Amino acid sequence: MTLSVAVQHDTGAFHLDARFEAPAGVTVLFGRSGSGKTSVINALAGLIQPKSGRIAVQDRVVFDSARGIDLPPHRRRLGYIFQDARLFPHLSVRQNLDYGRWFARKGRQSDDATRVIDFLGIGALLERKPATLSGGEKQRVAIGRALLSGPDLLLADEPLASLDEPRKAEILPYFERLRDELSVPILYVSHNPAEVARLATTVVVLQDGRVMRHGPAADLLGDPLFVPTSIRAVGAVLSATVRRHHDDGLTELDVGGAAMFLPRVAQPVGQALRIRVPGQDVILSRARPEGLSALNILPGRVTGIRTGDGPGAVIALDTVAGTLLARVTRRSAEALDLAEGVACHAIIKSLAIAPEDIGAPGPKA
Amino acid sequence: MDWLGPEEWTAVRLSLRVALWATLLSLPLGVFTAYVLSRWRFPGKQILNGLVHLPLILPPVVTGYILLMTLGTNAPLGAALAEIGIVFAFRWQGAALAAGIMAFPLMVRAIRLSIDAVDPGLEQAAATLGASRLWVFLTVTLPLILPGILAGAVLAFAKAMGEFGATITFVSNIPGQTQTLPSAVYAFLQVPGGENAALRLVLVSVFIAMSALLLSEALARRASARLGAT
Repeated sequence: MTLSVAVQHDTGAFHLDARFEAPAGVTVLFGRSGSGKTSVINALAGLIQPKSGRIAVQDRVVFDSARGIDLPPHRRRLGYIFQDARLFPHLSVRQNLDYGRWFARKGRQSDDATRVIDFLGIGALLERKPATLSGGEKQRVAIGRALLSGPDLLLADEPLASLDEPRKAEILPYFERLRDELSVPILYVSHNPAEVARLATTVVVLQDGRVMRHGPAADLLGDPLFVPTSIRAVGAVLSATVRRHHDDGLTELDVGGAAMFLPRVAQPVGQALRIRVPGQDVILSRARPEGLSALNILPGRVTGIRTGDGPGAVIALDTVAGTLLARVTRRSAEALDLAEGVACHAIIKSLAIAPEDIGAPGPKA
Repeated sequence: MDWLGPEEWTAVRLSLRVALWATLLSLPLGVFTAYVLSRWRFPGKQILNGLVHLPLILPPVVTGYILLMTLGTNAPLGAALAEIGIVFAFRWQGAALAAGIMAFPLMVRAIRLSIDAVDPGLEQAAATLGASRLWVFLTVTLPLILPGILAGAVLAFAKAMGEFGATITFVSNIPGQTQTLPSAVYAFLQVPGGENAALRLVLVSVFIAMSALLLSEALARRASARLGAT
């Protein structure tokens, strides 16, 4: 296992008791604010000392209360990307990037700097001071600085949370490429379902200081029981391939053999993608609908229903494209007699899938 | 400056020497104390804080008297130090010690304010990048608090230049040995016809104080410019 965590910690009335293991790839710690995500990541980095527990990274024990092991932060070799970048204001971008490398030099040399600088596109910023950088540029430099310290694992604490939407769209692909091209294991804290859908290999759902769900992303994201923060955020993730770009501005995707039309995506024909289909944009119909403007109609079978306290329900539907999640009202679910095994059609408007829902394919789930 | 008499000139030189040594020698201890008060949490912290500030609130004469009682040639500690050749009483070194102690709270306060203003998050970031606590301090904290250290040093220097009560109590007012600028002003005012010499020394002390202040402002501006746009 790349990461093995068991921590117990008390802060005031809040009790944290989190245990999980994670393989390589991106592990997303998911949960609403106050669920203990940041405490877990700070315990890993050694910035807080848990009351008890054991933490191992790449089979290297960095904390074990039973054996009295508690490595100080500077000996844990974990690169931390903070929400607020935390670049050193008195140093240039180049000196910031070199900071971790300088301390890593004694033990082992990290990735070659030029490659990381090219990868992040920060070559033109090297002589500048952090105060002159935009939010997105700062976060790219912070990623580079953490990478160049040669860490066994990258920790990212909501690295996009303090950025506006265009900057988020600028930074998110870098994390996908870290996962796919550089194969750096990452523990990524987030409360944003779109980020989870695009990045996660493994999802760990935290609630009130405890791990509520935990498993491979593909399993959890297609499971109607996975409704962690709010039912509004539900959405399944499908693997697709770009089949053809049409002249009318639409792109045809191959999703498990079925055709699906989306507004023009940037990726070339043949490129694999993963797309997130928001549950609130999926309409269900028992009969195959006729005379409808929606382009994407997928037949399937109900595999699960989850109702909460409110008027809504989440329906999981098994289709050729994979598991889809639809968010409907409880009244509709009853009117349609939806139950496990019932056949029905999912209708998805092409325009419902936003660019932020389309990302790189990631490792095979 | 031939408008200063030799006696006055001696006093000015002595004061500069006393204030310089008092500032330089107390600076490392001042930075350390400020860091401890700003960042460490331990029982008895308020007592340490009180001790550091004591010279600021005690009458200077009392501080001087305490020094005399502990480090005077008749006191046990003073006698023991005299055995190994360290004598403070009635020497300029004693004047420097008294001035340093009186200036210490001002120095610590200025430095502590600047350490309080450094985001501990930056120090955490440095630690996760592999820097030990000492390296974090040397490469992140220290450069960021440099303007505060300068301000504290200048404040301490100015205070040490003007220290009178504790100095005259501890080391008396011996021309050429312990007669600092304020002591000389006081001495000139005690004798008939000394007003002119006193006035000249007052002008000198105003000049030195203003120069020190302007210098520290300029240095602080340069230091903070380094943090801003290129």
